[in-house]
Amino acid sequence: MKSIPVSSHGLRRRESIWMRIHVDPWLLLLILALATVDAFVLYSASGKSMPMVVRQMAYFAVGISAMIVVAQFQPRFMQRWVPVAYIGGALLLLAVLLVGTEAKGAQRWLTIPGVTRFQPSEIMKLVMPMSVAWYLGRRNLPPSFKQVVVTLTIIFVPTLLILKQPDLGTSLLIAASGIFALLLAGLRWRYIIGALLALAPAAAGMWYFVMHGYQKQRVLTFLNPESDPLGSGWNIIQSKAAIGSGGVFGKGWLQGTQSHLDFLPEGHTDFIIAVLAEEFGMVGVCLLLGVYLLVIARGMVITLQAQDAFCKLLAGSITLTFFVYVFVNIGMVSGLLPVVGVPLPFISYGGTSLVTLLLGFGILMSIQTHKKWMAQN
Amino acid sequence: MAKPIHLKDHNHDARIVQRRLILAAVFILGLVGALVARMYYLQVTQYEYHSTLSENNRVHVQPIPPTRGRIYDRNGVVLAENRPSFSLTITRDRVEDLPATFELLKSLLELSEEDAAQAERRLSQARRPFESVPVMFELTQEQIARIAINQFRLPGVDVQASFVRYYPFADHFAHALGYVGRINEQELKSIDPVAYAGTHYIGKTGIERYYEQLLHGTVGYEEVETNARGRVLRVLNRTDPIPGRDLTLELDVKLQQVAEEALGDRRGAVVAIDPATGGVLAFVSKPGFDPNLFVTGISYADYGALRDSLDQPLFNRVLRGQYPPGSTIKPIVALAGLDAGVVTRTSRVYDPGFYQLPNVSHKYRNWNRSGDGWVDMSYAIARSNDTYFYDLANKLGIDRMHDFMSQFGIGQRVSIDMYEEAAGLMPSSSWKRTKYRQPWYPGETLIAGIGQGYMLATPLQLAQSTALIASRGVWHRPRLLKNAEGVLPDESETPPNIQLRNPADWDFITQAMQDVMQSPHGTARAAAAGATYNMAGKSGTAQVVAIAQGERYDSAALRERHRDHALFVGFAPTENPMIAVAALVENGEGGGRVAGPVVRAVFDAWVVPRLEAEQQQGHAESRENGQ
Repeated sequence: MKSIPVSSHGLRRRESIWMRIHVDPWLLLLILALATVDAFVLYSASGKSMPMVVRQMAYFAVGISAMIVVAQFQPRFMQRWVPVAYIGGALLLLAVLLVGTEAKGAQRWLTIPGVTRFQPSEIMKLVMPMSVAWYLGRRNLPPSFKQVVVTLTIIFVPTLLILKQPDLGTSLLIAASGIFALLLAGLRWRYIIGALLALAPAAAGMWYFVMHGYQKQRVLTFLNPESDPLGSGWNIIQSKAAIGSGGVFGKGWLQGTQSHLDFLPEGHTDFIIAVLAEEFGMVGVCLLLGVYLLVIARGMVITLQAQDAFCKLLAGSITLTFFVYVFVNIGMVSGLLPVVGVPLPFISYGGTSLVTLLLGFGILMSIQTHKKWMAQN
Repeated sequence: MAKPIHLKDHNHDARIVQRRLILAAVFILGLVGALVARMYYLQVTQYEYHSTLSENNRVHVQPIPPTRGRIYDRNGVVLAENRPSFSLTITRDRVEDLPATFELLKSLLELSEEDAAQAERRLSQARRPFESVPVMFELTQEQIARIAINQFRLPGVDVQASFVRYYPFADHFAHALGYVGRINEQELKSIDPVAYAGTHYIGKTGIERYYEQLLHGTVGYEEVETNARGRVLRVLNRTDPIPGRDLTLELDVKLQQVAEEALGDRRGAVVAIDPATGGVLAFVSKPGFDPNLFVTGISYADYGALRDSLDQPLFNRVLRGQYPPGSTIKPIVALAGLDAGVVTRTSRVYDPGFYQLPNVSHKYRNWNRSGDGWVDMSYAIARSNDTYFYDLANKLGIDRMHDFMSQFGIGQRVSIDMYEEAAGLMPSSSWKRTKYRQPWYPGETLIAGIGQGYMLATPLQLAQSTALIASRGVWHRPRLLKNAEGVLPDESETPPNIQLRNPADWDFITQAMQDVMQSPHGTARAAAAGATYNMAGKSGTAQVVAIAQGERYDSAALRERHRDHALFVGFAPTENPMIAVAALVENGEGGGRVAGPVVRAVFDAWVVPRLEAEQQQGHAESRENGQ
């Protein structure tokens, strides 16, 4: 018979200052490290704009505060509100399509007159993994066929709504966060292989019926960036030149010519890794990747230590989605992947995505610091 | 059967998630490995390639146009210079919305539709990416200020200071100098794109065109660091351009003014040549035009007015005006006769007022219908007797005339550096066979003897043939250039000097031409009245064959334009020729009466001060010798 290890030692450990304030010190340390890196890289990428750096650091402050607030809620509390959040989120996405604000050819924003303007798809970034985790977490794993179908429905309704805005990058990432939860739940291999086999015709269908002209252009440009060096291929050619010219050790902080002379478009947002790569070289990129790997490792530890399926699937999905952000962004800037509008987590300039990201880490911290009992054998 | 109770098996779930998580970790490590490999590929393997690409991005080479050489007259008076001017430039690649930009410029600068259209046309001639193309010139201070205030709304639009060609004498030297204008598409194909990388102007006509290479200079370069929008951030390296050479011409501004004043309001041409060098001292073609209009691009209205004017101001009469030389050719025909031995100085012809070929009833009239009686060569030249020259031409035949007179440059381009020069025409029987597939008729020889018929010469050729008499056959091709900072006109293709069998014939003809002006029976004695030096000359009239557009103009004007052109050639002083002049007055009728005084005025302006200077020098020398 297994004993519940309620040792005085264990109690003391649980009662550590971090547990009491529901903050994971490792994640917080890594986030602060990334914020520091961001301050330097952004200062250079923005053309030495101190106000921009200050604003970004303010976003960090807001985001970290929000993260700590979220961490105070018990996972169980979040679990209760998942269905409401999902339905609400889906309705907001519908509202975007009906009455959303258009910018740069896409309708992504909801404006509450006089108050604020926000992207409901950002909310869905968090709600999606929670929804899948909520649905699958209540059942025995691995999911049955019927459960897989329901899960896919849960995933694809918001995905399609976001795709319609149109926002290919975000919709794919949100779908991915749901699918990750499904995969972690032990989706059977035969389904996985079957889905992969079905993917090719589905991609063809997407190309002809769903994708917009500019989205197709991005894919075509990705396949051959030199075909249109001054048009849509410009970004990739210039970012590759920026990265490549950095060499092993880089040109030095503030010495990057590509970004400082404005050859690099979006140098402070989606393409910021090119600035880092140009100025700090391969060494800098590897160090950054190392920090990211530590974040992911910590996320995985939290996943493993989580106490129920909901928490495990949610934490795992958040961790893997975080990695996908990193991979897709660096892959796209370095010309491995098509250009999709995905910011580099913690480094790209922008408040909304940063706050969403930190809210996700708040959930991770909540999962880590609200364990009621020790389930370990 | 009892349904199994589904209990949540947390350990089972945890194991499933754990297995999948390990799998994910493997994937993640693999993908991070792929990213690192990609970075290695870009930053290590392809480092050279990308750093070159990045460097090329950053560094642009900008051409610096050389300053065009100035043009001076023989005394250092500036005839063509470069004036700083503010122009509006547009870099098309930096403009976000071209139509909107033009709209805004139109309202800011209060441009007319035509100005705007012209600016757009200029912009369309851009040659290189990120080239800033000047589209408007001579901006006023107010316009510059308006652009500056609205700069933020006008990306790609700049105000640049540049040099623009300026001709201070405006229409007075238009035909002599020519002008520069914007490089057009046709010229673009023939010029060296590297040498003209920063240059927007090229010589279009005249000296500006002929000496384009000397005037243009050598382009310089500037390596500049630019941002993606083409804005120059700093200069990395600079190779200075070499300015074009300054040209000093043989022209004399004062003499030119005298010639123009003597011509007055009449249309015509005056050319003065120094027989000892071939230097062109005066080059007048009236009416002229303001070449400054052409520099930055002439408006349609201005160009239309010049092109359609009945006075043909754009027509370079000195070089392109081909007129029958008339009686001015007679001294050379006389020389031909003497040299061929068909007549002697004293052989005489009886003039009843006309000449008849044997067995032909047609009478070739002398201008003096009553006839001059017995005339010899000297008298025939002084009186401009036609009958004598009909007879002489008949004795010579057209082909001997052609061969001899061609030595004087008739029917050939004579100048070294005058771009547009027409060849004129010295007919011969073979020429007529080739051209018209017809035999040469003896009657055509007769009228060729008095410079009519097929024969055509430009005022420049008339001046040159006269200069050859003055120099006793020593050839110097007419040239405008005196010196281009050490570069001298190319005299390599000078025709051989004219050798007469009896060189004393030069003196005889010169004396006969002096009689034209200074004997009691000379046709131009009035023009020489009161002269302090001896001069030689010959009058002539050129029949006006055809008229350009007709009926639009009133008949009085038309009649005026049907009158003969007055011609006069001459040189002075007779003993030591300093200057040879040809003058043409269109529809002026009397050669000696109308064109003669023009030539005399030019003589006086050139010869008198020089003779006085010589005398003073002579006095000074004799004083020195006396001491």
